[in-house]
Amino acid sequence: MNEIITLNNISYKYTDEENQYALDNISFSIEKGEWIAIIGPNGSGKSTLAKTINGLVEPESGEVKVGEFDLNEQNIWSIREMVGMVFQNPDNQFVGSTVQDDVAFGLENLGIPRDQMVERVHDALEKVNMLEFAEREPARLSGGQKQRVAIAGIVALQPEIMILDEATSMLDPKGREEVLRTVKEVKERENLSVISITHDIDEAAAANRIIVMRAGKVVKEGTPEEIFSYGEQLIEMGLDLPFPEKLKSSMKELGIRVPSEYLTEEGMVEWLWTYGSKK
Amino acid sequence: MDIRFEEVGYTYQKGTPFQSRALYDINLSIKDGGYTALVGHTGSGKSTVLQHLNALKKPTEGSITIGDRVVTATADNKGLKSLRKKIGIVFQFPEAQLFEETIGKDIAFGPKNFGVSEEEAMKRAKALLPQVGLDESFLDRSPFDLSGGQMRRVAIAGVLALEPEVLVLDEPTAGLDPQGRKEIMDMFYNLYKTQGLTIVLVTHQMDDVANYADHMVVLEKGTVVKEGSPRELFKESDWLTSMQLGVPSTVHFAQELERKFEWAFDPLPLTTDELAEQIKDRLGVTDQEAGDRV
Amino acid sequence: MMDKLIFGRYIPGNSLIHRLDPRTKLMSAIFFIIIIFFANNIITYLSLALFVGLAVVLSKVSIRFFINGIKPLIWLILFTVILQILFTSGETIFFRLGPIILSQEGLINGGFIFMRFVLIIFMSTLLTLTTMPLSLSDAIEYLLRPLAVIKVPVHEIALMLSIALRFVPTLMDETEKIMNAQRARGIDFGEGNIYEQMKSVVPLLIPLFVSSFNRAEELATAMEARGYKGGEGRTKYRQLSWQTRDTLTMVSFGVLTALLLLLRT
Repeated sequence: MNEIITLNNISYKYTDEENQYALDNISFSIEKGEWIAIIGPNGSGKSTLAKTINGLVEPESGEVKVGEFDLNEQNIWSIREMVGMVFQNPDNQFVGSTVQDDVAFGLENLGIPRDQMVERVHDALEKVNMLEFAEREPARLSGGQKQRVAIAGIVALQPEIMILDEATSMLDPKGREEVLRTVKEVKERENLSVISITHDIDEAAAANRIIVMRAGKVVKEGTPEEIFSYGEQLIEMGLDLPFPEKLKSSMKELGIRVPSEYLTEEGMVEWLWTYGSKK
Repeated sequence: MDIRFEEVGYTYQKGTPFQSRALYDINLSIKDGGYTALVGHTGSGKSTVLQHLNALKKPTEGSITIGDRVVTATADNKGLKSLRKKIGIVFQFPEAQLFEETIGKDIAFGPKNFGVSEEEAMKRAKALLPQVGLDESFLDRSPFDLSGGQMRRVAIAGVLALEPEVLVLDEPTAGLDPQGRKEIMDMFYNLYKTQGLTIVLVTHQMDDVANYADHMVVLEKGTVVKEGSPRELFKESDWLTSMQLGVPSTVHFAQELERKFEWAFDPLPLTTDELAEQIKDRLGVTDQEAGDRV
Repeated sequence: MMDKLIFGRYIPGNSLIHRLDPRTKLMSAIFFIIIIFFANNIITYLSLALFVGLAVVLSKVSIRFFINGIKPLIWLILFTVILQILFTSGETIFFRLGPIILSQEGLINGGFIFMRFVLIIFMSTLLTLTTMPLSLSDAIEYLLRPLAVIKVPVHEIALMLSIALRFVPTLMDETEKIMNAQRARGIDFGEGNIYEQMKSVVPLLIPLFVSSFNRAEELATAMEARGYKGGEGRTKYRQLSWQTRDTLTMVSFGVLTALLLLLRT
């Protein structure tokens, strides 16, 4: 197997006094190039879990392996170089005073020579379609644009893994769509592995695999189709209902017999077609 | 309480080299007891309009009639404050307004500013907690120990404590999880239905507009471009899509069905319940047609 | 969005003054404030005024912005000027009432003080109007660099400065939002007696502190995630480049200084 991240029996508590574990004996692994969505209600430990991967949170017990490195004091910086992270609030991760300065921040930290930096900043901005905004200050950007700059900052570091920690939750639908599109493009082109923590159905649908968390534990795991077929239970899992599920439950109330497996919108149209013609 | 905008314009920093026009020629009306949705892009002027609803800003042109008060550029400031008691605004990410030591005190803060006695204000706070989905045990806790979603509820209670006649909501569910979103939207709808509260909802979520609103105002680049009932406005889905505002998922799907099956829904379904109802009728029709064909 | 004032009121442009190296502009502004004290007669003040006038014209920024720069200080200026006029004694006295003297010298001195204020304000306004705050912080970092030898944390100071500048618009926005939210809950800012006004600041300051701390914490996490581990081994993306026009500007300041020294009495 070509595993890029392996978590082994990770447990974590915020304070020693607390009885409740924020992360309770979690194990899973992610393959290179895979896109994982982590869902769950607020407070279920999703963000904490993501932060253990690059050592922003140090687990009480368990091991983290990223690429060839076991996470420890010595190689924490090598791991951070491999793992880019986009956070929820677009304003609170924008370090630079202009777009290009912000993209350069990570490169400056690595001590990349200036001429290479200029090139990599340019390339990264081009990849997220923000080149024309290179000179802009963050105050004059939309939320979606700021998040795209954050993605460029990651792309510039040529990482292996990108973690989106509710990166679209503070955006309007337009911003959400543009960020999701950018993530998809960048993932393909750079062959990244993606972990996205989200409540957004479209973002979850883009994943290869969904992990459902509740109270610090992984409670379910499956493909989007498998997870979406839980229907109305999805809301408790911290996910929006896909539209066909909403329609199905309205139809069920009217006494129409609907299929129990997950249907996409096209699938729903097709089913209605056959349902109509069978009668 | 009716609110009416007539030829309203607003220019920031008027008369300085930095002046910039945010609103112009705005005409709109918000009906007493109605549920109005204000939609438009970031930067369309929604938040500036919002601040005019309770005279936080005065128009630089035109006039705004709020109940029996008329607010114009030159209007006297006296008594504008009394408007703010009648029109409560829940701003975006309202948890940012919390500051008191206890949740009870924070909720009581607004009413006390409007001259309600300490005792009465605390009584309101106590009564409001269950309404926003928290229990009385929260009263003496610090608001800063709560989760984000709980802080949001306390902040909303702090506005409801003013006992306003009009409740203005600026993206009240932004950043919450779906469960929290649904609970909060249901709570507002309940207030609208049972207590006759007038609601103004600023939102990007067309599904919320379809599910709750009875009136809709579309803003673009500082002025009103469309006003009407959601059912009317959502018929023009091409126009809404070209504005990048989108249509509710029900409308989108209904129109998909209209294209594929050559159906014509009448009236246009806005909620899944309405759509399911009409599909049921349609399938009845298809039933016979299919029978003929066999 | 549109109403946002960029800190220091930078007016974008591409004039000669805009294109000068920020170090040149910063040093010039400081230098100007020193040499203005060499002026002590009409001809020296006129030379300085001419010099500032030329710089203002070259910046292609409307004179209105400069006059706006004076407005907030106008009372201070008038107060100082009037004191100067009324309490300077001299040979030609027009009027005397107890300690109050109106003399020719007083009038002239008052005029000079007024000129000094106006010229200094024009010059520093010119600096902020034509220089991006960020470039200014670059210039400060560069000029502070020698201090690193005596263990002054120049990198940290510069980073703090640039992050502070970057967050000014964000925090101004935040302040406005919180003010609006509290006004909607019945607070009147800037009304009532001093006690009431002080009390009304609490509901503004506490949320601002809370949110700033949250922001700082999130920013620190984000910086750490992006591999920030202090100034050591870091390279710099922003570079300043000294051009002929910068050398010429400094030379012109030398000429101006020489002129002042020759013409002063």
